[in-house]
Amino acid sequence: MAFHRLSTCAVALGEKGVALNEDTHSEILLHVNGVKHCLSVDNRTTLLDALRERVGHTGTKKGCDHGQCGACTVLCDGRRVVSCLMLAVAAEGAEVTTVEGLGGDGELLPIQQEFVRLDGFQCGYCTSGQICSAVGMLAEYAEGWPSAVTAPGSEPVLDAVEVRERMSGNLCRCGAYPSIVRAVLETAARGEVTG
Amino acid sequence: MSGAAPAVGVARPRVEGPAKVTGRARYAADVPMADLAFGIVVVSTVTRGRIRDIDVAAVQDMPGVLGVIDHRNAPRLNPDAGHFFGPDGGLQLLQDDVIPHAGRPVALVVAETLEQARAAAEALPVTYEVLPHDTDFSADHPAGRAAMALFDGPVDVGDVDRELAASAVVVRERYFTPEEHCSAMEPHSATAWWEGERLQAVDSNQGPFFIATVVATLFSLPLEQVRIRTEHVGGGFGSKGLCGPQLVLAVMGAMHFARPVRVTLSRNQVFLTTAMRPAIEQMVRIGADDDGRLRAIHHEAAFELSPLAEYIEGCTELTKTLYATPALRTRLTAVPLDILPPYSMRGPGAAPGSFALECAMDEVAERLGIDPLELRLRNEPTVGPASGLPFSTRNLVACLREGARRFGWASRDHRPRMRREGPLLVGTGLAATSFSVGAFPSTASITAEPDGTFTVVVNATDLGTGARTALTAIAADALAVGAEKVRLRISDSDFGPAWSAGGSRGTTSWAWAITEAAAKLRSSGDQGTVTVDTAQLLNDLPSRERHSYSAVFAEVTVDPATGEVRVRRLLGMFAVGRVVNPLMARSQVIGGMIGGLSMALHEEGVRDPVSGRHINADFAGYHISAHADVPDIEADFVPDYEPGIPMGIKGAGEIGNVGTPAAIANAVWHATGSRQRALPIRPDRVIEEHPLQ
Repeated sequence: MAFHRLSTCAVALGEKGVALNEDTHSEILLHVNGVKHCLSVDNRTTLLDALRERVGHTGTKKGCDHGQCGACTVLCDGRRVVSCLMLAVAAEGAEVTTVEGLGGDGELLPIQQEFVRLDGFQCGYCTSGQICSAVGMLAEYAEGWPSAVTAPGSEPVLDAVEVRERMSGNLCRCGAYPSIVRAVLETAARGEVTG
Repeated sequence: MSGAAPAVGVARPRVEGPAKVTGRARYAADVPMADLAFGIVVVSTVTRGRIRDIDVAAVQDMPGVLGVIDHRNAPRLNPDAGHFFGPDGGLQLLQDDVIPHAGRPVALVVAETLEQARAAAEALPVTYEVLPHDTDFSADHPAGRAAMALFDGPVDVGDVDRELAASAVVVRERYFTPEEHCSAMEPHSATAWWEGERLQAVDSNQGPFFIATVVATLFSLPLEQVRIRTEHVGGGFGSKGLCGPQLVLAVMGAMHFARPVRVTLSRNQVFLTTAMRPAIEQMVRIGADDDGRLRAIHHEAAFELSPLAEYIEGCTELTKTLYATPALRTRLTAVPLDILPPYSMRGPGAAPGSFALECAMDEVAERLGIDPLELRLRNEPTVGPASGLPFSTRNLVACLREGARRFGWASRDHRPRMRREGPLLVGTGLAATSFSVGAFPSTASITAEPDGTFTVVVNATDLGTGARTALTAIAADALAVGAEKVRLRISDSDFGPAWSAGGSRGTTSWAWAITEAAAKLRSSGDQGTVTVDTAQLLNDLPSRERHSYSAVFAEVTVDPATGEVRVRRLLGMFAVGRVVNPLMARSQVIGGMIGGLSMALHEEGVRDPVSGRHINADFAGYHISAHADVPDIEADFVPDYEPGIPMGIKGAGEIGNVGTPAAIANAVWHATGSRQRALPIRPDRVIEEHPLQ
């Protein structure tokens, strides 16, 4: 994506009229769920905080802000990232997908349907991250990526052990793990991960 | 009535499920707010001492900074504010220069943006006079004294020493469990603001009515002037039962800066400033006859607390009810140290208490050479061993027998270290357990709407327990209508008094009020609004031993060369009264068992003895079970019904944690032949110098 310096777009988009300090702020164009957001951001702003506090997508959660829990997992160009460890300025040019961007209007993706049906959450706070992580993980698997539990030299086969290993960056304190694993496997069995 | 099919007992997905899988469900830090300012908490880096200086001038002119609140300009708080156990000095934030424990909040830095507030908070110079501290817990610490006896007080039945002297075998062991942290995934967050004369706040907590009463007392406001709301809560596990520092400080911010202020704790601060389970040391003596009949149980537990607030870690409570014994002695000792006040963490008292009792029972079975399952079955009491009261229902035997059948317990060779698979040792273990149930006074109101629907208002909170879904079903059945006719409103202190989500008493307390209101509304011909308070009904409830029960079975593998323990199978059978929603109830008890697995193998708050500070206060250092640690878990329910509580329900929130650590520890013994009496069962505690010889 070409970067265009759109000096008036922040105002046009109804942004807070923060005076742009060239030393500490940057104007960026953030692609989130297919929508372009022109933001003047404090250079220290993480992608997570930009999504939550600037774009208004609070579905992505802050669990630790240190990349240790996975609650803030989003997809950048289809790959899983913990958005608390990525600066917003570094996300420019990427297509960011958050949990809000996964389903269509009122239509749940298969992975979301299976989480609801199989009770893959309790408090729901880690759920956005679990679901984004599952979508990214299933894509990795589809591309043949091995994991730490894949037998060396062999093609990975998606079973519960593989799912647990590949999802271990996403903590859940309520202990919904068995249902999450089942939801991911059921989704994979449906063969239509992203709908 | 309409003859609607019953909703209670039916497995249904959560009503808020679609909102939670699309990110629409709003938690405390998600609520949009105009003119919002952000507060970042600064916490003490010393364990005990005094604040010499906080150099506010050094940060006042940083970009976006609105100001700093510390002990010199904070509003004065009412020292009477507290909770269940009495006044809580932990609430008295920014009142003086005294540092009573590491991580004590010393200032709130407020700025226009998160980044600006964080930068200023990190830059704020705070200097301390450091005083000697004591964070070194042990049961025989000289400061130890009897714990307060609000519950789980000392019990003496029969003559323990004489019965032990007459016993064929006597097991006497000590057990240790470390500081553990609730670690809900949602860090505590509060946003406070004024609307005219009213203080408003959105906060992550387990009961907005109770929290509103604490805030009103703390800030000397009439209760009507305080409104606390909670929409979705990202887990609590006890840590959101109290009025948290995020709310106290957000209210101070809103007062000081006259605009909405949001305070969200960092993960590190969640560890340092919100409720933890105290470190506990226990001693258990059990004497038994040759045939496995118990003659005496002596159970003493010591736990750490803070001089700032009373607390009871009721480790011996289940010892008073689980087994028949002619002699029983229990004691609880509290050891005041320079630590954050501990508080209830999921399965309070029972989770650590059951670890000690059920491991000791396993040792009795080993010494007698009998099946640990059989030992439990031989000691079923007919009345409460300490209380003498009858049991309302007691379905422990059904849990043990059905669990054993499904697990394949009958084929177990009870001798240790008999099963090997390649480099691994394999073992199985079990634990029996109970958790007390009941209800607390709550109010509820139901309005019959002109369109034929019913609005049910009760101050419940859904921490992920499924309260919205369960209470909708309960109200539907109580009103004899379909669940689609029920509109449930929860979690707003304006809705009136109700018990919080905690103590395994949320659903029972709220359901009682709802069923009572529904009965009154129906008897009045489904007209208008009916409001009830269950306080009197609860007083009329006859005294009984009322408990949920479970039997937990575990299979582990142990690599003696690395010391790694992995849980391969975990099965729990539960008697938790009538099950409101089998899908959610199963999730809840499985989640509890995973909490127990985590307690058994992973969780340990570690302090540096020199500084007294936590050295692992984040998710990189404090391990909670992750996907790869958790096998598929089987959990199911035996038929059960609590006759004293409407709908026959009991609590299921905490019993899942209880029992699992002992079942795993007993399985590790069965695999290795070595007893593990300290949690967590770390590799260094298991590793063998000459494995498999």
